[in-house]
Amino acid sequence: MLDDFFVRALLVGIGMALVTGPLGCFVVWRRLSFFGDTLAHSALLGVTLSYTTEINMALSVFVISSIVALILLKLQKKTNLPADALLGLLAHSSLAIGLVVIGLLATIRFDLMGLLFGDILAVNVNDIAVVWIGGAIILMVLKIIWKPLFASTVNYELAEAEGMKPEKYNAIFTILLAAIIAISIKMVGLLLITGMLIIPAAMARNLSDNPNQMVIFSIIGGLLSVFIGLFASLEINTPSGPSIITTGLILFILSLTKIKKKSQLNN
Amino acid sequence: MTNKNNTLVKLENAGVLVNDKWLVRGVSLEIKKGKIITLIGPNGSGKSTTAKITLGLYKNIEGKVEKFTNKIAYVPQKINIDWTLPIRVNDFMNLTSNLKKEEIETALETTGTPHLKNKDLKSLSGGEFQRVLMARAIAKKPELLVLDEPVQGVDFNGEIALYELIKKISDTLNCGILLISHNLHVVMSKTDHVVCLNGHVCCSGTPIDVANNEKYQELFGKDISKILSVYEHSHDHIHKIDGTIEKKEN
Repeated sequence: MLDDFFVRALLVGIGMALVTGPLGCFVVWRRLSFFGDTLAHSALLGVTLSYTTEINMALSVFVISSIVALILLKLQKKTNLPADALLGLLAHSSLAIGLVVIGLLATIRFDLMGLLFGDILAVNVNDIAVVWIGGAIILMVLKIIWKPLFASTVNYELAEAEGMKPEKYNAIFTILLAAIIAISIKMVGLLLITGMLIIPAAMARNLSDNPNQMVIFSIIGGLLSVFIGLFASLEINTPSGPSIITTGLILFILSLTKIKKKSQLNN
Repeated sequence: MTNKNNTLVKLENAGVLVNDKWLVRGVSLEIKKGKIITLIGPNGSGKSTTAKITLGLYKNIEGKVEKFTNKIAYVPQKINIDWTLPIRVNDFMNLTSNLKKEEIETALETTGTPHLKNKDLKSLSGGEFQRVLMARAIAKKPELLVLDEPVQGVDFNGEIALYELIKKISDTLNCGILLISHNLHVVMSKTDHVVCLNGHVCCSGTPIDVANNEKYQELFGKDISKILSVYEHSHDHIHKIDGTIEKKEN
């Protein structure tokens, strides 16, 4: 069964959606979408690193993304620049450095499109293992840190005052983000991974009135995007990663009709 | 988990420097089990800062803070809930603890808000939110309770009821309470110790001591300072938390 490229793609997609669902909710709640984007951009550097040193791609992407996240935290403390400017600086410079390094490695043939947009149809059994094992670890850690992380998301000072150690758990969450980017970069590519995190969660927000519900809807949204997107890409011969994201967008638009109203209309 | 003297937190000459400006400096105070300390002072005098020092929210402080408890509940002055986060009162009650359903309901009842349990947090009015914040803090059964202007936005009758509630919490839980008063001149009668701040400790002592203190009178003007009215509880009726009045049984 695993011989079929389509089944492999489905398995990887399902594994991804199960993890991006809950993580994406936190990305939306904590307003970290641009941060996720920055980590994803820096992943290109990690990919080139893996080509030159022949270490595992997921591992090198994870290391580079984590380093970029740490640099960001340092810069935020040292400079007077706002977070979005620093994120832009890091995102584009790490992307540029990655491309420069690719240029220097002219002897190796690079599938740049594949890196930017991923190729879920080209995954092998190894990739499935990486996504499912890596994903299981991410979900387990997230489950353990859920309470303090959620508390610090609602209110940092309250969490800190009542002994929930928000700084520590925020750092762990950042590492989880780097990890999900690392394991899914090959499937949806560095330009689309943030879409996979944010779009199902954004759709879920429209349909939910409590956090657990939003996580569940976010997972369902991700799964539907993977199923419908992959089948569509097979039927109408469109690129698979972008088809998944586009499906997510369509689900989001549909969810707008069922939107749970903002506070002033909430009764 | 207190030390021998029932001390929960001890501040010695504490101060915070932010952007070359001292938010507050030279604060010494001690919060003990079963005692209520009230902080008063004008805007920007460092009341909230002192509360945050007590809670350990500042990383770099001057002086010393010693904490002898981990069971802390905090009612902040203001709290912004992002609308991207769907959260009901019920979820909020359990934010930093694992409470049973009954514990949540009891706590909400004590602050007169059981009907808000399944409401979205963002749909509450200022006063309702304040009561939910109180309920959450009480439900935790803390050893140290820090209340930063807990009655702001609550109507007058509710205010009296909340003060009575604070007294009751102090009696039943026997916890130490650090209370920041939103009103310079109103200090609840059960207060054991008043600290008047103005960037530093202007004066401190029992409510009567502070009211008669020259520095206090200097700071706020002799005439105004006279109305430091110590709120007394000697009613023949009870102000219920929802504003209604009930005759006392005995």
